[in-house]
Amino acid sequence: MKEETVQKPKLKLAVYWGAACGGCCVSVLDVHEKLLDVIAAADLVFWPIALDTKYKDVEAMPDKYIDVTLYNGAVRNSENEHIAKLLRKKSKVLVAYGSCAHLGGIPGLANFTTKEAIFKRVYETSESTVNPDKILPQTHFEVDEGILELPEFYNDVRSLNQVVDVDYYLPGCPPQSERLLEVFMLIATGATLPPPGSVVGASEKTQCDECKRVKTENKKVKRFYRPIDIKDDGVTCFLEQGVICMGPATRAGCGVRCIEGNAPCRGCYGPAEAVIDPGAKMLSAIATMIDSNDEKEIEKAVETIDDPAGTFYRFSLPASILRRALV
Amino acid sequence: MEFKPTIVAFLCNWCSYTGADLAGTSRMKYKPNIRVIRVMCSGRVDPTFVYKSFREGADGVLICGCHPGDCHYQEGNYKCLRRFKLMKKYITQMGIEPERLHLEWISASEGKQFAELVDSMTERIKELGPSQVKQVAETLAI
Repeated sequence: MKEETVQKPKLKLAVYWGAACGGCCVSVLDVHEKLLDVIAAADLVFWPIALDTKYKDVEAMPDKYIDVTLYNGAVRNSENEHIAKLLRKKSKVLVAYGSCAHLGGIPGLANFTTKEAIFKRVYETSESTVNPDKILPQTHFEVDEGILELPEFYNDVRSLNQVVDVDYYLPGCPPQSERLLEVFMLIATGATLPPPGSVVGASEKTQCDECKRVKTENKKVKRFYRPIDIKDDGVTCFLEQGVICMGPATRAGCGVRCIEGNAPCRGCYGPAEAVIDPGAKMLSAIATMIDSNDEKEIEKAVETIDDPAGTFYRFSLPASILRRALV
Repeated sequence: MEFKPTIVAFLCNWCSYTGADLAGTSRMKYKPNIRVIRVMCSGRVDPTFVYKSFREGADGVLICGCHPGDCHYQEGNYKCLRRFKLMKKYITQMGIEPERLHLEWISASEGKQFAELVDSMTERIKELGPSQVKQVAETLAI
């Protein structure tokens, strides 16, 4: 055992969060006791949530020093962008880990609005804010001790591959820890990796292929409901009950966890193989379910979908074809 | 310089494309602003096609299919109508004027109606001005 570790150098692993909630980093910890196996095979060289490594330590590393970097979170400010570019340079394999790095994720919903509107809401009009002088964060501020700096907040949120080249995508909000472990073990054992650009740790099929709810061929509904407006029978396909479920346009791989927990799929695993725009496919599927050929009735049914853009692109707005709202 | 809108038009093979063909063979004159793409059925028009048209610089998108009840595939045009209504709602949320997306039923004998439709749609888009989608989508970190 000891001999083997001497012969085989340990992998160098880095985990970074951009515009993220921290859930992805926690999902790495969610491998529980298997973390010991991970640590046996790899050294964690950079992981802000858990280790006190500084950016300058990463800058001091030679290029391609890190074997695998898991970048989670979207790119929303100049710090995210700087570290994304730095880690690209220092890593052999860069993985977009989780929905935000993969497609823009929840922070990507900011593309419905602008930096100006966000600042106004957060620093001026929100109920808990008292800011009579309307002071906004500045990127540079001079004090006696020198110049203080803050990252620049961008108007636009981007997915990781809109900033740097990405080798693999591991989708999910957060990715299932079992999938991460499978992928990690593949890398650690030196197995042949899929071609760059592949989505790993997920299936090529859709959620519907794995979902066990009772479905019929011809889905027809007169109107749509929000999950709170209807009593789910726990058996029938959500769509057939009129509840929007992102299953038909979402990649499988999570083990249909939300649906098994009686909540409709929200689409965090992103589009199925070869689909460019998940929301377009979802819109297409949902609209054709409307059980009417009459224009007025169709309009009424469409009205019952409160927020098509936010629902169909909950995790993927920056990666969608239209990318952001014109405001 | 005068604004010359680009309108991408998806015409169904069985009715609307034949209708547009009739306008041509009858030597009717209409505005040269449309770029016609023939599809087998208006039900084949994936929302992806519409969004991609806007993203790549179309100022308007026109979809034409058979009149209700006349679809070669029984109900493709109804499916198109349902998608069209939902797409309108979506593009409005994305800040695109809903008038930029238009659906019309054109039969194989309606060459004249097709020519008039292209003229009127071109006028409407001219009034709206150029679409900002392409420019905004390509201006990334600002």
